Amino acid sequence: MVSIQNLHKQFNKNVVLSGVDLDISEGGIFAVLGPNGSGKTTLIKSILGMVIPNKGEISVLGKSIKNNSTYRNKIDYLPQIANFPSNLKVKELIKMIKDLRGKTTEDERLISLFKLGPFLNKKLGNLSGGTKQKVNLVLTFMFDSPLIILDEPTTGLDPISLLRLKDLIQSEKAKGKTILITSHIMSFVEEVSDEIVFLLEGKIYFKGSINALKTKTNQPDFERAIASILTENHA
Amino acid sequence: MRSRWSYVYLAFYLMLGIMLLFLNNDLSKAVITLMNVIIVLVPLIGTIFGVMYYYNSKEFTELLLAQPLKRSSIFMGQYLGVALSLSMSLVIGLGIPFIFYGIFRSNAIWDFSLLLITGAFLTFIFTALAFNIALSNENRIKGFGYAILLWLFLAVIYDGLFLMFLVVFEDYPLDQFSLIASMLNPIDLSRTLILLKLDISALLGYTGAIFKQFFGTNFGLIISFLALAIWVILPVFRILRKSRKKDF
Repeated sequence: MVSIQNLHKQFNKNVVLSGVDLDISEGGIFAVLGPNGSGKTTLIKSILGMVIPNKGEISVLGKSIKNNSTYRNKIDYLPQIANFPSNLKVKELIKMIKDLRGKTTEDERLISLFKLGPFLNKKLGNLSGGTKQKVNLVLTFMFDSPLIILDEPTTGLDPISLLRLKDLIQSEKAKGKTILITSHIMSFVEEVSDEIVFLLEGKIYFKGSINALKTKTNQPDFERAIASILTENHA
Repeated sequence: MRSRWSYVYLAFYLMLGIMLLFLNNDLSKAVITLMNVIIVLVPLIGTIFGVMYYYNSKEFTELLLAQPLKRSSIFMGQYLGVALSLSMSLVIGLGIPFIFYGIFRSNAIWDFSLLLITGAFLTFIFTALAFNIALSNENRIKGFGYAILLWLFLAVIYDGLFLMFLVVFEDYPLDQFSLIASMLNPIDLSRTLILLKLDISALLGYTGAIFKQFFGTNFGLIISFLALAIWVILPVFRILRKSRKKDF
């Protein structure tokens, strides 16, 4: 699905990724974890072509992403911070993205799922953080793409919406899609993900199932396993 | 945001056009006054709107970048959106009052069209320069500062330096130099072009005669437009190159 070879990226003198090799197979939910500033978002943005790597190769669905924009048709991306143009109405934004990417009827179902009906005619600048995130989710899940990338999908969501998001993720997985998630909420990651990728200091420290991580670190539960990696490496 | 401001800009030119015609009651004089306004104001507005638009739509750009769109089409679309709407405001805003006043029946029509064409060129040039500055500066305040400085330099300081140079080296033949120097600054170039077209070059003395010899001919006109076109193409080219390598 996605294959990354020897990816390097630095911003000025700040080295963020130093030689990431990653293969993501088709189908299933992959969680990208790591402490703040470990390069999770940079990795994701490199896959999307928003960040241009200094070195390395990325290919999505077997095709190199260099000088290519059509492959993004196959990706649904949920950005970390929902920064929308504040003078647009929710309805207008949804319509515009639909114009760009083609027809879909999923939007109505998602709008009612997240109870966004009353907000459709409001300007995006006047929405609360959680509501913006819901709009963000609608825009992401509206299209039927084989690869879904979610950067901190849980930010600002209330418990009911969180529950709905989890259901949504599971139903997308059931359709055989590949889902890439970053999150700092370990219980969420533990609940939804099939496999985790742990980034540390610009490299992949661990890739495998949660159980494999527990045995590797000799810890009884997932949260402690992650914590032990962090303390070992920062002690 | 963009559309509302371009209406204000349009209304401004409408009023300016009407006012000038009422006060001057003469087409050619109105064209001269307009030139003075356009030469300074159009670059300023182009610069400010360009920078403002880029920074304001940053979030939107990021949203678009995740969509299956080419980077070049995203940025070109934004640039053309700003530059076209600004030049439309200029052409329509000034065109309407002059048409009602009867520009088509007067012989100032060519001067007037030249004025509008150079105005549109200046809009495209300075919007492109503004986009370049904004693309290279993450910090909005810095970006704004550089953009204003650039405008100030080309609109005011350049002329000052030019004049000082002429005074200091007055013993040498400077016509070649001054020709080239005025070609290198789009504002100067536009001003010279319009002034000479207006046939007041007699006021400029000997240098004026040389300028007239050069700019007054068709050859000079073509070269000048070419220079203006290069001033558009180079910054646009850099927008494309810069945007291809930028991280978001």
